[in-house]
Amino acid sequence: MARYIGKRMFYMLITLILIATFTFFLMKILPGSPIASADRLSPEQRAIVEASYGLDRPLPVQYFDYMFGLVQGDLGVSINQFKGAPVTDIILNRIGPSAQIGFQGMLFGTILGILFGMVAAVKQNSWIDYASTTVAIIGISIPSFVFASLLQYWLAVEWQLFPVAFWKEGFMSSVLPSLALAMFPLATAARFIRSEMIEVLGSDYITLAKAKGASGSEIAFKHAFRNALIPLITVLGPMAVSILTGSLVVEQIFAIPGIGEQFVTSIMVQDFSIIMGTTIFFSVFLILVILIVDVLYGVIDPRIRLSGGKS
Amino acid sequence: MEKILQIKDLELSFNTFAGEVKAIRGVNFDLYKGETLAIVGESGSGKSVTSKSIMRLLPESSAEFKNGEILFGGRDLTKLSDKEMQKIRGKEISMIFQDPMTSLNPTMPIGRQITEPLLKHQKISKPEARKVAIDLLRLVGMPKPELRMKQYPHQFSGGQRQRIVIAISLACNPQILIADEPTTALDVTIQAQILELMKDLQRKIDTSIIFITHDLGVVANVADRVAVMYGGKIVEIGTVDEIFYNPQHPYTWGLLSSMPSLDTEDAKLYTIPGTPPDLLEPPKGDAFALRSEYAMKIDMEMDPPFFEISDTHKAATWLLHPDAPKVEPPLSVIERMKKFPGSRYYEGSKN
Amino acid sequence: MSQNYEKLPQGSFDRIPKDTKQAERISKPSVSFWQDAWRRLKKNKGAIFSIILFGLIVIMALLGPVISPYEPNDQTITHANLPPKIPVIENLGIFNGVGELGGQEVDLYELKNVDQNYWFGTDGLGRDMFSRVWQGTQVSLFIAFAAALIDMVIGVVYGGISGYFGGRVDDIMQRIVEILSGIPNLVVVILFIMIMDPGILAIIIALTITGWTGMSRVVRGQVLKYKNQEFVLAARTLGASDNRIIWKHLMPNVLGVIIINTMFTIPGAIFFEAFLSFIGLGLQAPDASLGTLINDGYKLIQYQPHILAIPAFVLSLIMISFNLIGDGLRDALDPKMKD
Repeated sequence: MARYIGKRMFYMLITLILIATFTFFLMKILPGSPIASADRLSPEQRAIVEASYGLDRPLPVQYFDYMFGLVQGDLGVSINQFKGAPVTDIILNRIGPSAQIGFQGMLFGTILGILFGMVAAVKQNSWIDYASTTVAIIGISIPSFVFASLLQYWLAVEWQLFPVAFWKEGFMSSVLPSLALAMFPLATAARFIRSEMIEVLGSDYITLAKAKGASGSEIAFKHAFRNALIPLITVLGPMAVSILTGSLVVEQIFAIPGIGEQFVTSIMVQDFSIIMGTTIFFSVFLILVILIVDVLYGVIDPRIRLSGGKS
Repeated sequence: MEKILQIKDLELSFNTFAGEVKAIRGVNFDLYKGETLAIVGESGSGKSVTSKSIMRLLPESSAEFKNGEILFGGRDLTKLSDKEMQKIRGKEISMIFQDPMTSLNPTMPIGRQITEPLLKHQKISKPEARKVAIDLLRLVGMPKPELRMKQYPHQFSGGQRQRIVIAISLACNPQILIADEPTTALDVTIQAQILELMKDLQRKIDTSIIFITHDLGVVANVADRVAVMYGGKIVEIGTVDEIFYNPQHPYTWGLLSSMPSLDTEDAKLYTIPGTPPDLLEPPKGDAFALRSEYAMKIDMEMDPPFFEISDTHKAATWLLHPDAPKVEPPLSVIERMKKFPGSRYYEGSKN
Repeated sequence: MSQNYEKLPQGSFDRIPKDTKQAERISKPSVSFWQDAWRRLKKNKGAIFSIILFGLIVIMALLGPVISPYEPNDQTITHANLPPKIPVIENLGIFNGVGELGGQEVDLYELKNVDQNYWFGTDGLGRDMFSRVWQGTQVSLFIAFAAALIDMVIGVVYGGISGYFGGRVDDIMQRIVEILSGIPNLVVVILFIMIMDPGILAIIIALTITGWTGMSRVVRGQVLKYKNQEFVLAARTLGASDNRIIWKHLMPNVLGVIIINTMFTIPGAIFFEAFLSFIGLGLQAPDASLGTLINDGYKLIQYQPHILAIPAFVLSLIMISFNLIGDGLRDALDPKMKD
């Protein structure tokens, strides 16, 4: 297992270096100056501003400088939007709201999804099954921004149950964005658990459990649930991606001061260092999630845990 | 002998998209205390369905009892509620399945899987159940049972897993043990060990066994009586000697002829032509007639009744009707019959 | 023996000759894999309904801009922000041209003196939403299909080569995929869009740049699974060439998962296109896709909800129908397949 994790970490590192390098040079070949107001400046002024950000140095120097900073957690400084503020600080300041709605959405969606999926599988072909299957199909089909707009329109504007936008009323402000983000995990978990449960319920060891005299609920909870739940870990990765993608638009829609909203704004105002920093931050987050998922899978499933890593 | 289980006129169908599959079409047999009854037949003959219907393990959404009863301890199992059935399963009647690789829960230590029926059916504490489970593991020949209680199924070999399944099935000293092809998925050497183990255990705890198999070699080894199933019906039933040395039904002849033996002189093995009947639309008359060399007009029109050959031996074939022409069974079967006192071809008294 | 036999008619015990044809005939007529899959698919009401629904959407996407009397990009400022109005249906109280103005429900068509009907209303610049929505659908579908097709071709070739030749080739190719798929799709797409000129082509390239890895993985897995199975070994023993083995033996078996995977790529691509447009990285005006229309509509959600609702509804319908078709195909082609 340790060897497996080590190997994975190694690939993770390579991937990250590649992403950082790739992003760095991509930003450099982008048309136009990284300084938004460049057009209005005289060449001399422009040179002074560029020098103040170290942009006058040769590219390799800039690159290695950036990479060394990266190792120490330094993502450079903002140029256009926050004039010289460290990108790391900008991101750290905005983690709070993003993490809160992301976590709430994920938790709520997954738990409800598991519940839906289980009930649907145990009561296969009942109205409850059809209802939960319908919810799941709608959940994976309707994009989070459409869903978020609908929530905002009905629950906030029309019925005024929740604040329309902004991050001013604590938990209440987080409800609608969390719900919007919860849809995909909910739908994914419900679909996944349903099909896993149905497969598990048809397996020989469930028949054996029945032959031992176990009751319906004992079979569902003691035998089937755990076996159906373990593989759910494998879709946590896609779920995390969806939360991240969703956060870009959902935070925009509800005007939440999170990383996603910052990222979109930075794209608009072309603040390259924030875009780069956020890109790397997102990549680290996703790669970590995928690594944790794989390790977790090994820890939870005795078949993998005890035979020492996947082949 | 005491009848422990009686199956009377059992008919069972599966409701599928394609229509009603008549999987069991009137099955009758009794199971006596302490005996081993083998049910043999090819895939689709209804042998597995019969055994699962006794335990009521078929999917309730599609399987439906059409007729008949399964009498056990004065009660008709087809009419019991789920709750009542749960009290019988694992306690009075238990079951072993074909594939030991998939019949244990992969994420539960085997100790818990063995103690589960004990805790469910007997009023004992967890430590006591653990002790019983260790004893059971020792009984089925598992070395160092204390250490292995905490292990997971994938840490055991196929043979060992089947021993664990047997330990589970015997946990509550059931009156009936149904073994559904328990050795089919195992290596031949392991097969022999498992069969020995089952015979040994049967002697110790005096349980009745219904042994489902398609392997006649295994039948000869373990069974007291044999029921031959074809097309959802029992076509012949008798003691193991009667079935092996005085078979009457052409299907039994076919089965026996297609069994390889050391003194088979021809290099070529006999095969039964054709395929089993489609139970969506079971054929009229004798289901085997379409594949039989001995078919008569009546076979196409009427179901043959059971003709008694002896008190213990019955076969459902029109060939036993007094008016039916006398036919010669296949040569290899005649060879067998020569060894059976009371058969037409008996030669034992010659010398 | 003491049974009572009923008197049986004469000749009952006549032997009948064994007819081997008769014996073999009992077996059911054989159906090919694809026939069987089609039968299973036909039973799936959701999938069949979705195929029809999707067919209608495609027809509308092609015909919509043509049958509408207005060009998608023609601006008639005096006709701006009109709610939908469809003759006949307007009598039911919906699509009747009534909208909110200053907190009151009024017939905006009357108010603005408009004689024509705009079936889906107009946007803030007085452009006809009906032709714009279907035009946008066309663009969205084109992007999705093009991206899915490219993903499929690259993925199948890459995965096929990697799986079939195995060994070192596979090793190197898989390391590349491993690293590529470690990069979050979202990030790559956004970065690529930023460096390229925004437009349909840029979006398609951005979507496919890492998109194919999923398909290649699935195809490789399937090829690995099948290439060592007995039927392939048998073909090889009989002297079949690599070419023949790939096309005659492997392809038919892998085709199922390729189709299913493509079916799930399409809604993914549609979603991503809409997503990019929504965060301002999509098509540039006046070009429209469902995503840009939704983005435009979102800005007016409080005043003119129809500008958001209609394209969002069409987008959702496409997504739902594709997911249902994909589900149906998966169940039909391989009931056991999970990934």
